[in-house]
Amino acid sequence: MNAVVRDPAARGRATALVLGLCVLWPLLQIAEFNPAVLFAPGNLATLGGFLATFLPPATDADFLGLLAAATLDTLAIATVGIALALLIAVPLALLATRSLSIGRLDGRLRPLSEALRLCARGLTLVLRGVPELVWALVFVRIFGLGPAAGVAALAITYGGMLAKVYAEILESTDLTPARALLAAGSGRLGALGYGLLPVASDELMSYTVYRWECAVRASVVMGFVGAGGLGQLMDQSMKMLNGGEACSILITFLLLVMAADALSAWLRRQVR
Amino acid sequence: MISLAALGVAYADGRRALDGVDLSIAPGERVALIGPSGAGKTTLLRVIGASLRPTAGHVRVDGVDPWALSGRALQSLRARIGKMHQAPPIPPRQRVVTAVLAGRLGQWPLWRAMASLVYPLDIAGARAALEPLGLTERLFDRCDQLSGGQLQRIALARLLYQQPKLVLADEPVSALDPALARSVAVALNDDARRRGVTLIASLHAVDLALSEFARVIGLRDGRVAFDRPAAQVGQAEVDALYAGAPVGDAAEAAEPAPRTRLTRCA
Amino acid sequence: MASERMPRRGLLISAGVLVAVLASVSRLDLVTAFAEGSDSLGELLGFLRRFAAPDTSPAFLAKVGQGAIETLAISLIGTLLAVIGGVLLALPASGRLGRPGQAAARFCLNLLRSVPELVWATLTVLAAGLGPFAGTLALALHTTGVLGRLYAEALENAPAAPEAALRGAGSGAVAAFLYGTLPAVSPQWVAYGLYRWEMNIRMAAILGFVGAGGLGAQLYYALSLFQEAQAATLIVAMLGLSLVVDAISGWLRRHLVVA
Repeated sequence: MNAVVRDPAARGRATALVLGLCVLWPLLQIAEFNPAVLFAPGNLATLGGFLATFLPPATDADFLGLLAAATLDTLAIATVGIALALLIAVPLALLATRSLSIGRLDGRLRPLSEALRLCARGLTLVLRGVPELVWALVFVRIFGLGPAAGVAALAITYGGMLAKVYAEILESTDLTPARALLAAGSGRLGALGYGLLPVASDELMSYTVYRWECAVRASVVMGFVGAGGLGQLMDQSMKMLNGGEACSILITFLLLVMAADALSAWLRRQVR
Repeated sequence: MISLAALGVAYADGRRALDGVDLSIAPGERVALIGPSGAGKTTLLRVIGASLRPTAGHVRVDGVDPWALSGRALQSLRARIGKMHQAPPIPPRQRVVTAVLAGRLGQWPLWRAMASLVYPLDIAGARAALEPLGLTERLFDRCDQLSGGQLQRIALARLLYQQPKLVLADEPVSALDPALARSVAVALNDDARRRGVTLIASLHAVDLALSEFARVIGLRDGRVAFDRPAAQVGQAEVDALYAGAPVGDAAEAAEPAPRTRLTRCA
Repeated sequence: MASERMPRRGLLISAGVLVAVLASVSRLDLVTAFAEGSDSLGELLGFLRRFAAPDTSPAFLAKVGQGAIETLAISLIGTLLAVIGGVLLALPASGRLGRPGQAAARFCLNLLRSVPELVWATLTVLAAGLGPFAGTLALALHTTGVLGRLYAEALENAPAAPEAALRGAGSGAVAAFLYGTLPAVSPQWVAYGLYRWEMNIRMAAILGFVGAGGLGAQLYYALSLFQEAQAATLIVAMLGLSLVVDAISGWLRRHLVVA
């Protein structure tokens, strides 16, 4: 009764701690974790020298012209990228979603349409599985340096992402109207137009606009591998250690992201 | 132990929660506060507990004015005051043993509090506090696995473990069923009697106040309506205390609301 | 309410979007670019065909394995650092240390979060030299911003009663936080950390593009030298690695957060 009571969780906690340390220690070595490096005089001088040139930001007319052009390029890449992504996503989502399955309605699954659905799902997985930056790098090899690679990379990854989310949205909305139409013998497109879209269109639009906002950020990042726009300009300035230019570009980027946020929020309010 | 003189608490909007309260409570007294909702019971307990600074009058707790103390001294005064709340303020994902040991955080140095999070340092003490409440089996369970009544008894165990010189309980039993309410009230009184500490509890259940406590104070509209030994409180006085209380019944009905909060634990 | 105006406004917005798309297409000169791309369609197909036969020679696989572990290390250490940094900044950002502290912490978090990992990486490469440590730092900096904001929100939404009660019982501020509020927020903190780790493993694979080690450095190299077979292996390895991390993170989530 009065035996010493031990915490039953202690053994598990100790094991987890030891295991965690056993995993963490080698990983720290592999990651070459060494904060002292940051304070090595050489590195400090390089970074310090670079950061010191951040002020004042570059404001000469030639550069500002370049900057404006790059900003417009970035916006254009995001916009066309999303437009092409829609062309990929809409058919894929329609093939992939279960909401328009006639087989599910009468309980007799048709092997062909099920196989098609599975293929569509597999394709979306592959498209969005590889990060857009990797696609961009691949497309730069094909189309050469410039916006085309960025547009293609965005179209492919965002096509996959949009297709997946569209299919999910279509499956999570109220299916009764669509089911009723299908049961009454309507075709799949009829059921989509008259049964599903009226219910789901707001959410679909809203998600698309949100993705456009993400695409603006992504297109800047893709510039770093040569896919045009603001990112490519920033990469060049950084490589040449031109702090003033880097600073101007960074500020432009932050403003652009904020503006995209605001525009996207406004657009989403409009579709609501 | 406690003396209040011409005590007043006014809110920013000018409403007076307490008005001209004079009160003196000796060490070892067991006092019940009764009165309709909005009478100022909670405010009075908060003032005595050194949690709320009165806007008028004087307050002395354990021989000192809490608001004249330095931060550290005020902290140590609070560590000598144990409090119980209507909804036990215990994080749902905490284990019972940790929740009970938290009672002595005011006395422990920081290193000890931190070490005890890694491995509970006083398992025997926590167990001893749970023993009279019949909850020793739940020592290492998580609080979200307990019922509302059990959780309130864990809060009581935390209080017992803290071993305060003054116990303030604000509606400690109003979210419990009658049998459990009586057992918790009895446990509070037993502990106070055994250790000779002062106990002040506000209660909705007048019968509990009259049967378990030695002294009963009736509060109404922020003033003391009566203050006498429990044996001398007449039914007429109680009726007058609650009579025409604008929301007496409504408040009683609205009271169970915290109960859901008590059992939700998520 | 505005039922008559809505269709017109919708029409205007649709037209605006259409104009924006067309203007973008013409601005980027995409038609010529894609046409040139399809001119070399045969080349493109050959390129893709070479992708279909991944390099599986043991020597190269060993190298990929090494890169994968390095990427794993970057993502895990980076996320852990970010969890620590996020907690340290979330405490002031939730307003616990007064107004000025809150404003300063929020500004820091916003700055850290707005700058993408890749941009941080170009700076950390200067600060720490080429290699995995630069990638770790870049991930940690951006993720600190993301997690810090989420952590602060969790703190603000946590019930205040338990901590207030402990303070009322004479407990010190730190102890009251540890016993009163930490149990309420820690599961959320862990869940957010795991979620970011899943995202960071993908990001860690990419940071190598700017010289921050891991699989990305190898992929950049392979693609620069037109070694498509090796690039294909590396891309498959990235996918596999992120699936493994998803599984580990899911298991940890079930055991640490849900249980």
